Amino acid sequence: MPSKTINPTRMELTRLKGQLRTAQRGHKLLKDKRDELMKQFMDVVRENRALRRRVEEEIMRAHASFTVAAALMSPDMLEQALMCPKQSVELEMSFQNVMSVNVPQYQFKTQGGGQGEIYPYGFAQTSGELDDAVDAMARVFQDLLKLAEIEKTSQLLAEEIEKTRRRVNALEYVKIPEMQESIKYISMKLDENERANTIRLMKVKDIILKEALEEKREASEKALQAFAEENSSAQV
Amino acid sequence: MYRIAVMGDKDSVLGFKALGLEVYPVDDAQQARSRLHALAKENCAILYLTEQLAQQLQPEIARYKDALTPAIILIPGKEGSLGIGMANVKTAVERAVGADIL
Repeated sequence: MPSKTINPTRMELTRLKGQLRTAQRGHKLLKDKRDELMKQFMDVVRENRALRRRVEEEIMRAHASFTVAAALMSPDMLEQALMCPKQSVELEMSFQNVMSVNVPQYQFKTQGGGQGEIYPYGFAQTSGELDDAVDAMARVFQDLLKLAEIEKTSQLLAEEIEKTRRRVNALEYVKIPEMQESIKYISMKLDENERANTIRLMKVKDIILKEALEEKREASEKALQAFAEENSSAQV
Repeated sequence: MYRIAVMGDKDSVLGFKALGLEVYPVDDAQQARSRLHALAKENCAILYLTEQLAQQLQPEIARYKDALTPAIILIPGKEGSLGIGMANVKTAVERAVGADIL
């Protein structure tokens, strides 16, 4: 039985059939979308893992150099040395459409600080470890931006996949069976009505026939009687 | 023109200053929270956050997870990696696939 009450009419049946067709097409499309998203997502997430591992290692190395530098220099001096960065970064963001998901793509320009020119301080008052630390930071910078792009992409894709999967499942296990059930119910009800109608007609035909027969019999009986009366009067 | 910000305890983020990024040293979660929301409003595309700080800002980070900007990226702080960044990648896989298959 369908869960909600539906009118077993031909119009409802046509409407439901149309709806079912749309739902099935939508289901197929969404399933394809999910599969493709999943494929893209797996690529992105693998890269994400590798990149993150590398970036974390690099940053830890930079931190280690930094700690040493901080130990060798006074905190004030350290801060002073790094206060005015030579290099500045300009970030532009554009979007790429991956299966209707907008994922960010970053383009960045660094200004000032060519190769080996990133140290924003003179060498006289700083320790060599600081150079190492800044160097390590500069090396990891490219990967760091790439990581931002990929990690955001994987997050957005994951969200979209989750949504799509829910839709696919809702259609596959709830909506489509429900509609099929309703269609079955309506068509069976309509068939039942059809049969009831036929039976009714047959009954009516029977009754009419019986009445006609009765009438005929009466008429012939009357005629017979009239004939007999006529005969007897003629004899007399 | 978008901005790149780095937020965390002072010792962890100082090094990023040399790269020309915007550095916001914060001391406690409350300060970080308001700074985070302010940055999100002000055209900040990428926000690097130390894991130590991220631990205390879980709800805020979850809020921006599905938004296009800012991309909140966790980096290990001075005390070392807590594995939250990696765990997040794992969560994303679980969310998408339903199980961790990597």
